[in-house]
Amino acid sequence: MFQLYCPVCREARAEEEFRPKGEARIIRPPVPEAASDEEWADYLYFRTNPKGLHTEQWVHAAGCRKIFLVVRDTVSHEVAGSWALGEAPVVVEGAAEGDSR
Amino acid sequence: MTQPNRLGIGGRIDRSRKFAFRFNGRLYEGHPGDTLASALLANGVDVVARSFKYARPRGICAAGAEEPNAIVEIGATEATRVPNVRATQQALYDGLVATSPNGWPSVDTDLMGAVGTLAGRFLPPGFYYKTLLSPTLWRRAEPALRRAAGLGRAPRERDPDLYDHMNRHCEVLVIGAGPAGLAAALSAGRSGARVIVADEQEEMGGSLLDARDMIDGRPALDWVTAVLAELSARDNVVLLPRTTANGLHDHGFVTLHERLTDHLGASAPLPDGRNAVRSRMHRVRARRVVLAAGTHERPLVYAGNDVPGNFVAGALSTYLRRYAVAPGRQLVLSTNNDHAYRAALDWADAGREVVAIVDARPAPDGDLVSEARARGLRIVAGSAVIEVRGGRRIRKALVAPIDPVAFRVGGPVETLACDTVASSGGYSPVVHLSAHTGVRPVWRDDLQGFVPGEVPGLLSAGGVRGRWTLAEAIADGLAVGCAAARETGFEGPPTAAPEVAPLREGAMLPLYQVPHVEPPMRAPKQFVDLQTDVTAAAIELATREGFESIEHVKRYTGMGFGTDQGKLGNLNGMAIAARCLGQPIARTGTTVFRPNYTPVTFGAIAGRHCGELFEPRRVTALHAWHVERGAVFEPVGQWLRPRHYPRPGEDMAAAVRRECLAVRTGVGILDASTLGKIDLQGRDAREFLNRIYTNAWSQLEVGRARYGLMCRDDGMVMDDGVTACLGEQHFHMTTTTGGAAAVLDWLEMWHQTEWPDLEVYFNSVTDHWAVLALNGPKSRELLAPLTDIDLADEAFGFMEWRTGKVAGVPARIFRISFTGERAYEINVQADCAMHVWQALFERGAQFGLTPYGTEAMHVLRAEKGFILVGQDTDGSVTPEDLGMQWCVGRRKPFSWVGRRGLARPELQRPDRKHLVGLKPRDPAVVLDEGAQIVLEPEIRIPMEMVGHVTSSYFSPTLGHGFALALVRGGRERLGETVYLPRADGRVDAAEIVRPVFYDPEGARQNAGPETKGRDGVLARRPAVESALAHRAGAGAARGPVGLRIEELPFAGQLVLRGRGEDPAFADAVEAALGLALPRTPLQFVGEGARGLSLQWVSPDEWLILVGRDEAEATEQRLRESLAGHFAVVNVSGGQTVLRLSGARARDVLMKSTPYDVDPRNFPVGKAVGTVFAKATVQLRRPSPECWELVVRRSFADYVLRWLLDAGEEYGVAFVSGRSLNEDSPSS
Ligand SMILES: [Zn+2]
Repeated sequence: MFQLYCPVCREARAEEEFRPKGEARIIRPPVPEAASDEEWADYLYFRTNPKGLHTEQWVHAAGCRKIFLVVRDTVSHEVAGSWALGEAPVVVEGAAEGDSR
Repeated sequence: MTQPNRLGIGGRIDRSRKFAFRFNGRLYEGHPGDTLASALLANGVDVVARSFKYARPRGICAAGAEEPNAIVEIGATEATRVPNVRATQQALYDGLVATSPNGWPSVDTDLMGAVGTLAGRFLPPGFYYKTLLSPTLWRRAEPALRRAAGLGRAPRERDPDLYDHMNRHCEVLVIGAGPAGLAAALSAGRSGARVIVADEQEEMGGSLLDARDMIDGRPALDWVTAVLAELSARDNVVLLPRTTANGLHDHGFVTLHERLTDHLGASAPLPDGRNAVRSRMHRVRARRVVLAAGTHERPLVYAGNDVPGNFVAGALSTYLRRYAVAPGRQLVLSTNNDHAYRAALDWADAGREVVAIVDARPAPDGDLVSEARARGLRIVAGSAVIEVRGGRRIRKALVAPIDPVAFRVGGPVETLACDTVASSGGYSPVVHLSAHTGVRPVWRDDLQGFVPGEVPGLLSAGGVRGRWTLAEAIADGLAVGCAAARETGFEGPPTAAPEVAPLREGAMLPLYQVPHVEPPMRAPKQFVDLQTDVTAAAIELATREGFESIEHVKRYTGMGFGTDQGKLGNLNGMAIAARCLGQPIARTGTTVFRPNYTPVTFGAIAGRHCGELFEPRRVTALHAWHVERGAVFEPVGQWLRPRHYPRPGEDMAAAVRRECLAVRTGVGILDASTLGKIDLQGRDAREFLNRIYTNAWSQLEVGRARYGLMCRDDGMVMDDGVTACLGEQHFHMTTTTGGAAAVLDWLEMWHQTEWPDLEVYFNSVTDHWAVLALNGPKSRELLAPLTDIDLADEAFGFMEWRTGKVAGVPARIFRISFTGERAYEINVQADCAMHVWQALFERGAQFGLTPYGTEAMHVLRAEKGFILVGQDTDGSVTPEDLGMQWCVGRRKPFSWVGRRGLARPELQRPDRKHLVGLKPRDPAVVLDEGAQIVLEPEIRIPMEMVGHVTSSYFSPTLGHGFALALVRGGRERLGETVYLPRADGRVDAAEIVRPVFYDPEGARQNAGPETKGRDGVLARRPAVESALAHRAGAGAARGPVGLRIEELPFAGQLVLRGRGEDPAFADAVEAALGLALPRTPLQFVGEGARGLSLQWVSPDEWLILVGRDEAEATEQRLRESLAGHFAVVNVSGGQTVLRLSGARARDVLMKSTPYDVDPRNFPVGKAVGTVFAKATVQLRRPSPECWELVVRRSFADYVLRWLLDAGEEYGVAFVSGRSLNEDSPSS
């Protein structure tokens, strides 16, 4: 049961108030028609799924309804921080040390 | 019956009163203060269970959560039975009924012995793996094994008791109230931090409840009493006895299971006629957790160590000193440490015979050893009990010198007559909770045990981290409690440690399995895990068969798989595996512990999320009418919708037939309020629609509406609906009933993450607008006299909307038809819906106005070939598959969501499945929805399946069954016959036809006579109904009222959107309202006198409450004052306000929301959007005395029912929302 900090409401809240919205920074090709089928499939379906640090989107569904970014270690679930959209530091995906589970 | 093993003096029991109880049908007596285990021992009950695999008799061997044998079922009736209760943790009460789940027909007979011996032969180690290889064998064996193995069973009747949850927040949670835990609570409590102390026992004090030690020169219990007195006097400390910390989860979240009435009776008693809560799950969010769970003593592993009369040494002290029970006469103690000597000293104190203390160490020399010597107790050094003999009770113990390093017996065997053997192999820290988030415990050679690993936010104190002497444990607790509070910003005065007489203890000798004269594989059974009947030989066999990882050994043998999770046996098992593998224990490692620490009843896990409160049931403003009319309801998403309205004697088919024909030939009405509705405002609203819908919106004029399809970016249909243009920058979007929340989410996601530059605001108005859908050729005749809107087709055409009054109420009417007939969807503010609905029925009587439900709606729409997203589509269907190319705007400039996806080659294939109609050859046949479609009538295996039926009904209008189906290349197969095999072997034949069965020209939507008259006259003025008017009279409390709930209905409510960071915007709002715009998060300002309040919801959203009937004027003032990008949305009909007050209001909130409602965190003037039960609310604190919940109208009924249930134990009163009829101002 996570606790996430909403950078908009400026409070830590229980997981029930949020909904996950997947990996952050998935770029929609700016001219979709110019994207190859492979590029388009990559945008639609392929995610990094790292073991370690992961930048992801959450929406504060029960609160301000705003989407924000969370950097979370997918092994320990420790959260490095929350940022408003576009403000999160660039992390090296999977950089945290994962144990051998 | 007397209690032969009860001592005449001492103990913490009340000898002046007696409790009668039954165990396996036999009547016994005990005293208040007993556990079931201590009472059974007092009565001389040796055998309490038969073992899992070998059906050997087993007795009580421990005194706490680690007890592996005395697992019983409690409860006098089927409904109140609870399986998997440890007798050592069950307080005795008068009339308690307990049974052993295993032992068939009873634990005393030997009938199972034979079966057990047999089963033992069939159940070698590795049984699980080997048997699972043969599913047939497992299926045959399972029922017999379960009965024999005694896993217990769940009750078959509904549990009559109440269970609930409570959300708590604290700075420091202390787990365990022994010396270290109490000390930690004391120092943390003095800092002012919020502290919760949870302890699983009946009384707090832990090991001090049976300690021989003195603190500050007085018995240790006096210190416990004094500390508890101080803690309970503090308002920042919550003491939770009878509360087990069962799970430690991420980010400081801990689940505590509090048993409130289990010590009083099998079912919760009913003081004052109210239901008490039987057990409660506290969902604690702690900033720091202090784990002070202490240790579990390990027994030694020797032959016959499971015969009744074998105890863990410390358990004897507990029974002797705390319960005044001596469970035997002649004791042999086998130990490798000093601490266990207490058991022998306590035994001797009770006047019982200590036959010998057998100490594995060659030269024991601590203070306790000296005391034993001084009292003349025989000490046999360098030796151990290698075997115990006896059947239903120990008769003798075999003692011999041992060499633990060479692992062999080193001298002659001496036989000692005795009936009790206590053993101690050391102390295992109770690290379980520290491992729940996946962190591995760490081995310490000096302790011969695992201690907690590094867990964020977790601090260990006392025995669990090896501070084993009393002085150490208390000092450590004080320091750790202080540190935990300090880490959360609370600094207390230094707390001096009390005086504890120092005790010199000699070093322990590592010893787990005791060598026998026979090699381990041939020695009599030496049990490691008593609950799962795993022996030392089984572990040795596992290592021989190549299982080297301890996790594999565990699965191979079953060690630790019992409900006790191997609390006593795991470390012994690891040590044996390590010895067999010739490696240190640290390398063998430990298995993973998982929640729950001890079994938890499902009731406590469910709380009140069960039965009627399992999930929110959203209802429309017309729900009471539907109920009164005898509607049969069906759930649609979270909504309850009338499925049909049977008349007396009608079944569903007859009712649906009548409802369908009424719509096709006369007029019917559907409560369509559940449709999702989203208000879009802003300069770029139209552009946004162009991007999010597949079709074009640039040309849609004000006053007109258009059907739209939404795709995901992969090109698959995700929702549909009609969107109307209300103004150049203002649109009203409708969605499917089930898709409303997801679509709003979808719009927000695209706006916030992809196109934040577009100026548009989205707001849900689903609950604000009730939708009354008049359908049928006579709809216009019916409606015309009730409205001032010109209903002539030239003035109000199909796919247009108009505004005016209906039955005196402001309304928007949409000429949209989901049936193909002439239709008027009347939208009115929800609190007026009942009035308008009734007015339509008053006038409608002459036209035979018929209410119809979702089933008739499905038939009618399917006859027209209108799709239902989610039924005719499944996430793999494109607009083209549906034959809806007309709804795809290929020439729109922006690459709208789904366009590029649709261009993928796979979606261009000609043999994709198309939506077609199916007409069964036999007109009476209604095909099964989901039926597979094949091309030949003869069934072969395998067969090529070319599609499936998505919707299928009988059409009363057409007189035959019909269906919609997705068929490969279906549009090229029109006229062909396909076949649908049924489960019973019969095969239906059907012809592929176009999906529009009825009125393909679309003439019916304009059918019906022209009607004159637009008088809009109404006999009476409109009445309004609050969201909870139908619940008037609910929650009339008897006795004291701890929670008072009041509905404050009919407030004008507006959602204001705009750029809060823009001073001009804030100034304009203040100019319009006369109140400054709150710009700090979670701020809430109000002027009670004017009934005006302004609440921050997000940096671009506020909720404005004004007086009744002031919403429109306020909206007008705002629109005049504001400029640029903003939105104002009237939601007055969509929300209601509940005011909660009373001494227990906060407790009820804690049961309902995970948000921290402590006044420290929730001062007056704060407002938060949060979760309440399974709904979402705005929670506000307008004054110190009360709280406000702003609830969406459709959820109000659920929220109220939840509040009434949660408040019941405190007494609850509800002041109903009113219905106001303006004809009678007195009401
Ligand atoms: Zn927020």
